[in-house]
Amino acid sequence: MDFASQFVQQLINGISLGSIYALIALGYTMIYGIIKLINFAHGDIYMVGAYIGFFAITMMHVSIVPALLISMIITGLLGMLVERLAYKPLRQAPRISVLITAIGVSFFLEYTMMYFVSPTPRTFPGVFDDVALHFGSFMVNGQQLLIFGITFILMVVLTYIVQKTKIGKAMRAVSFDVETAQLMGIDADRVISITFGIGSALAAAAGVLVGVYYNSIDPLMGIMPGLKAFVAAVLGGIGILPGAMAGGLILGVIEALVSGFISSTFRDAAAFAILILVLLFKPSGLLGKNTREKV
Amino acid sequence: MDVAKRNLLCTENFSKGELVMRFGKRSLRVAGMLLGAAMLSSVFTGCGDDQAKNSKEIRVGANFEMSGNVANYGNATFEGLQLAIDEVNEAGGINGKTIKLIKADSKSEASEAANAATKLISDDKVKVLVGPATTGSVLAEVQIATDNKVPIIAPCATSPKVTVENGKVQPYVFRSCFIDPLQGDVMATFATKTLKAKTAVIYTDSSSDYSKSLGQVFKEKFEAAGGKVLMEEAFLQKDQDFKATLTKIKTANADVIFIPAYYEEVGKIVKQARELGITVPLLGTDGWDDTKVVDIAGAAPLNNTFFSSHYSEQDKDVQGFIEAFKKKYNHAPNVFAALGYDAGKMLIDAIKRAGSDDPEKICKALAETKDLQVGTGKITMDKDHNPIKSAVILEMKDGVKVLKEKITPKA
Repeated sequence: MDFASQFVQQLINGISLGSIYALIALGYTMIYGIIKLINFAHGDIYMVGAYIGFFAITMMHVSIVPALLISMIITGLLGMLVERLAYKPLRQAPRISVLITAIGVSFFLEYTMMYFVSPTPRTFPGVFDDVALHFGSFMVNGQQLLIFGITFILMVVLTYIVQKTKIGKAMRAVSFDVETAQLMGIDADRVISITFGIGSALAAAAGVLVGVYYNSIDPLMGIMPGLKAFVAAVLGGIGILPGAMAGGLILGVIEALVSGFISSTFRDAAAFAILILVLLFKPSGLLGKNTREKV
Repeated sequence: MDVAKRNLLCTENFSKGELVMRFGKRSLRVAGMLLGAAMLSSVFTGCGDDQAKNSKEIRVGANFEMSGNVANYGNATFEGLQLAIDEVNEAGGINGKTIKLIKADSKSEASEAANAATKLISDDKVKVLVGPATTGSVLAEVQIATDNKVPIIAPCATSPKVTVENGKVQPYVFRSCFIDPLQGDVMATFATKTLKAKTAVIYTDSSSDYSKSLGQVFKEKFEAAGGKVLMEEAFLQKDQDFKATLTKIKTANADVIFIPAYYEEVGKIVKQARELGITVPLLGTDGWDDTKVVDIAGAAPLNNTFFSSHYSEQDKDVQGFIEAFKKKYNHAPNVFAALGYDAGKMLIDAIKRAGSDDPEKICKALAETKDLQVGTGKITMDKDHNPIKSAVILEMKDGVKVLKEKITPKA
């Protein structure tokens, strides 16, 4: 394999990994954008989504697309429930309290799932025949195409919701200034709840796709992707939707290129070095504007 | 197998210094006094029961992971051990005495393993300890057993440091399985002799000592046999995506790829390697010996993979054990059960030769184990308390493990 085709192959690997990061990062960024909370339980929401997809496929015997929808709906409701029970009572509390609660929710989800589904990894059933498309000396397989396709569709739908619908307008308003939005007659609690629902549904989609792609899920699978997606969100500029998409893809590609051309042992170091560099030199992220913190 | 790595969030072990910091000296002293009083009272109550009267019994402590995340390993090993003990008891015992197994649960945690060992030794007055299954848990009880001069038999802890610490042999610790480096040696020989491989890539789990030490041994032996290691790559436990590194490995065009790791990651690596069009033989070690590998990777991608393990169901020498096991438990034994059975056989033999249930004599007899026929073959104890024992190489064919070679190292 020559250098050029290895490079292309690594790009494909990186984009499929990055799409997953992007889907999770979108949830992080939406929730941050609206209530300035870094929802550390988001990676675990993704894990729950993967399990719901798994049970939909194995117990209800549905195919991949209905499983994806079922998982997105149930996990979306779970996200809203978490917001209602854990975060809403803390709306007026200092930000650090909410952050610590998020960590608590994260552990709660991990170990509750571990109790119910056992810590042993589950094997995701093969949902469709594996096809590999060869282009010269590099290849793309069906699962990767599925990931690209679904991620693309979800991003288009999300952009539509945020930019063109009434609820999207409300979300943008609340994210801009909660109190003013409320004065204009927007039910901020409802908007926040829906934001959690949408963010969680996106994470669920990522969970199911990961299950299909890597074939194995377990109750602690959300920890690392959760952290990486957080890096992706910060990289793109936390609170900015196109930033999360770009951040996820860039991070995935960088990881693939570092493992492929430098050393696989530096991969995670590279990901977190990016976080540090971004925070040092451009804290508002690649697509972020330099705004001053309101005092 | 060293599965301590599975505890992602380890239980915190507070050293005494930290305790002092947290609670202040006085409260520590009070706590110590209370604890002392509690222990004393348990000693007094312990005296009155029937332990002294029962001289017809040899008490053996079975300290295993009965619950927790490696409960599969502990329970299977215990079943094998129980089978060996039941067989000898049904045949009339040893010199008219029967062996009584006293169970304790180490809950898959090192600290609990130490507690269970203390309880077995001080309350139940066991003469020998068998278990736990995993290296980390065995290491946790070594000091307690050594202080009380009670021998331990570790059925499946394969890390070298279980029996030898800083170049010194642990006098009371024995094992009934081979050690990790042997597998690296066996696979390097297999790669060069049987597969005629000239070049190899080593892909290890850098978060596991087991994987790293096997990688090193493989490299030494493979290069000593004239082979060339083209590339050494690593991943981390819980990684999901291996494609980037595998794409790089593919460019090396090596004859074989050696992946000493555990089943969860192995399954994913094999699947993704085949998806990327890597067709060369993939080699592994006993961490591969789990049906989950087939579930995760799929049967077809696993073709043309080989790994070393402790025993094969197809080995004619082990058929007796398999039948007896199936009769007792109504299911087939796995590798842990076989190793538990071997530990039981080794124990029985040592007690017979010791002619007594004195722990010191049993300990001496264990060290002198020679040409003993156990469930998986013959074993002889070497000077480091590690048995010289045969290993098998299994080939995966359409999701089924097929015995490829049986290798008995020279004593």
